[in-house]
Amino acid sequence: MIKRLLALLLLAAIGSVFAVLLLGYTPDAELNLTARYYAERTAADIGAANIVTAIVVTYRGLDTLGEVTVLFLSATIVGLVLAQGSGPGRSPSVRTPVGELLGTGARVLAPLILLLGVYVFVNGHLTPGGGFQGGAIVASGMLLLLLADPLRQFSHGLISTIESVAGIAYVAIGVLGLVLAGGFLDNRILPLGTLGELASAGAIPLIYSLIGLKVGAEFSSMLASLSETEEL
Amino acid sequence: MALVAMATGFVLILIGFYGALTNRNLLRMIVAFTIADTGVNIVIVAIGYMHGRTAPILDATISAREAVARIIDPVPQALVLTAIVIGLGVTALMLAYAYKLFEKKRTLDIARFAELKW
Repeated sequence: MIKRLLALLLLAAIGSVFAVLLLGYTPDAELNLTARYYAERTAADIGAANIVTAIVVTYRGLDTLGEVTVLFLSATIVGLVLAQGSGPGRSPSVRTPVGELLGTGARVLAPLILLLGVYVFVNGHLTPGGGFQGGAIVASGMLLLLLADPLRQFSHGLISTIESVAGIAYVAIGVLGLVLAGGFLDNRILPLGTLGELASAGAIPLIYSLIGLKVGAEFSSMLASLSETEEL
Repeated sequence: MALVAMATGFVLILIGFYGALTNRNLLRMIVAFTIADTGVNIVIVAIGYMHGRTAPILDATISAREAVARIIDPVPQALVLTAIVIGLGVTALMLAYAYKLFEKKRTLDIARFAELKW
């Protein structure tokens, strides 16, 4: 009980800090300096209709490379941690077959979900979406396949090939930006095109598609590692 | 409107902390952490909200010239995009470690893991 009381006291302290923050908050009426720069310059400099994408992929592209690296590391560590111990002795346990609805539904829906994921990451510079969201949708298609057939084995070789090729191509495009345009991950190595068209915003559709493939492969490998661990 | 969203975010953070501090089951603690994580994301997005403005995407109705007066702050949204992805990576790691701990001790009760207790 004393522990619960201490927890409540701590929460009351944090809550009062939050209350002060909340009561003292006044929303901005104008964009601040950074946001104003992005709002004014994105259309001319980057050519992307979605300003958030312009920030994530080009203005702060280096941070996104770091983010993808963190995601790669966590996928690798999940694979490493879960692979230990599950030696060759594991035998596929016999399970009851999944329902007709799930089995048929997965066969119908999985290709459509993959298509939606690809649509979302290819149109990342035009619509609310992008590589991370598209990659998550692709992985949710994989999750549906795993739910419909829990014993399904995804090819780890294929997943890691897609992932490493996408990662290397991402860094290579970044270095090309250094050579051909203004700096690392500069999107102006390709023509900017007309604002709002699919083939616009220079290298952003290319970079975001690679990020989408990489993120989808990483999430899928996490799902595969989690599903292949031995039943306890 | 922004205040409602922000208050919801703060409340979610507090619920998450409460769950993480009082639950002894590792899985429940992980769920509590993801709730607090969501609360933080909601607060950051609510900071970027500005009344009467629209999403930072240029199209036929918002030309590049009037963007400064019409869109909300895009920077918090870019930050939250990063935070969601990192949060997912952290959650996956926590689940993997919880699995290993269960494999070792056959329990998820945090009180049974006393090796680092002082």
